[in-house]
Amino acid sequence: MADFSDLMIHHPETAEFWQALEEGRFLIRFCADCEKAHWYPRAICPHCHSAHTEWREGSGEGNIYSYSVMRRAETPYTIAYVRLDEGPILMTNIVDSDLEAITVEHRVRLAWGHKVDGQTMPMFALS
Amino acid sequence: MSIRGKACIAGIYEHPLRKAPDKSVAQLHAEVALGALADAGLTIDDVDGYFCGGDAPGTGPLSLIDYMNLNVRHADSSNIGGASYILHVGHAAEAIAAGKCDVALITLAGRPRSEGLSKGIVPRTDNPVQPDFPWESPMRMTTVNAYAMCAMRHMYEYGTTSEQLAWIKVAASHHAQHNPNAMLRDVVTVEDVVNSPMIADPLHRLDCCVVSDGGGALVVVRPEIAKELNRPKIMVRGGAEAVKHQSGGTFDLTWSAGALSGPKAFEEAGITPDDIKYVSVYDSFTYTVLTQLEDLGFCEKGKGGAFVSDGNLISGVGKLPFNTDGGGLCNNHPVHRGGMTKVIETVRQLRGEAHPAVQVPGCDLALAHGTGGNLGTRHGAATLILERQ
Ligand SMILES: [Zn+2]
Repeated sequence: MADFSDLMIHHPETAEFWQALEEGRFLIRFCADCEKAHWYPRAICPHCHSAHTEWREGSGEGNIYSYSVMRRAETPYTIAYVRLDEGPILMTNIVDSDLEAITVEHRVRLAWGHKVDGQTMPMFALS
Repeated sequence: MSIRGKACIAGIYEHPLRKAPDKSVAQLHAEVALGALADAGLTIDDVDGYFCGGDAPGTGPLSLIDYMNLNVRHADSSNIGGASYILHVGHAAEAIAAGKCDVALITLAGRPRSEGLSKGIVPRTDNPVQPDFPWESPMRMTTVNAYAMCAMRHMYEYGTTSEQLAWIKVAASHHAQHNPNAMLRDVVTVEDVVNSPMIADPLHRLDCCVVSDGGGALVVVRPEIAKELNRPKIMVRGGAEAVKHQSGGTFDLTWSAGALSGPKAFEEAGITPDDIKYVSVYDSFTYTVLTQLEDLGFCEKGKGGAFVSDGNLISGVGKLPFNTDGGGLCNNHPVHRGGMTKVIETVRQLRGEAHPAVQVPGCDLALAHGTGGNLGTRHGAATLILERQ
């Protein structure tokens, strides 16, 4: 992947999420009918299939549901699933943290300033 | 409509090569096809149904049907990753039962090793139009670190240990020592596994399967045809498939789609896990075996660690002999797709044609099961129960 904006040509559905992230806002997609949050964000609610979904400001906090430190990489990195306080689990990286201090169910918060291919990514750090 | 008793596996063939730089992918498909047909005592002119998975080069089954110059009236290229070929046996039985074909050929072949495609630690580069792609690819999700997250959560919830996972590799290596074609024939110990380099916590190098070229093929026929062939009659007793995914972000990583397909297959077969004498279980990683054995009901959820320990999966030693060809952990893993070889070794066991050192005595009921796609995100599962008649 060279440039994230090229990738976004395929995904106008979630362009607002990525734009907001550049502006320092972390959005979560909620359903106005069933009131549930979901991940990854969709126009149609995956829980009740209503089209009445909307962006709401997320707390950017949660717990590590699971993780794995990739040791077989030039610089080891940590992939993780984080269960957001709003409910859904998202795939992310744990950054700005001591790799050896990471544990399942550790509290985490959104860590700003991490870009991939020019795009700010929702990555997390140990609280 | 049930597929119980509606079809038999009459022919099997496993390509002996583990590296095939001098052969094309289509050529490998044709070689395994002819091998399985010869094993069944049939010819390519008898084939009227063709099944392939995502390894087939071209649009679905079209290029390979053309290459082999088949004359078929039914074709199916259902793709759920590495478990596709277990699924295809069920689909072939359905097609035969519905009168769509009489002799179904299923092939798998490829050469990722010759082409330098060892993809376990490479960030996934699937189709960027996939809706999940922007949420996973930038996080450097690979096959191994996604499966590792499943194992990590299982350890957290149930206290499963690396030593327990290691027993799965130990059992596979005990079997592989008797397979002259196996890539890894040295018997290993629990210490060897847990002391091998960490790839992605908690999975070590020896928790991971091999990368190999090669392939395999199956011939599934109407029971009336099987009766006329000079081979043991291996009947489809039950089969089922399932898909598990992220459910909008509300998923539980500690179980696999086998928990959905397994009970349905047992119900169709009218038997329970206690009746099964041998299992082939997809072993992309040691952990994959552990969760699938739990999900299929061979032990309680969370008790898999204790169940696989102390040689319980070693033929002649434990209660549930598994992957007696050495499996993906030691024998081969053609095109990163382990479903085909799982069915082949199951049929060998039921025929009494496994290596004498690993043959299960009186093996009359056996199960082949696999998951395909990615256990850590979205995957399909297929369960197949076979019976020797
Ligand atoms: Zn809804």
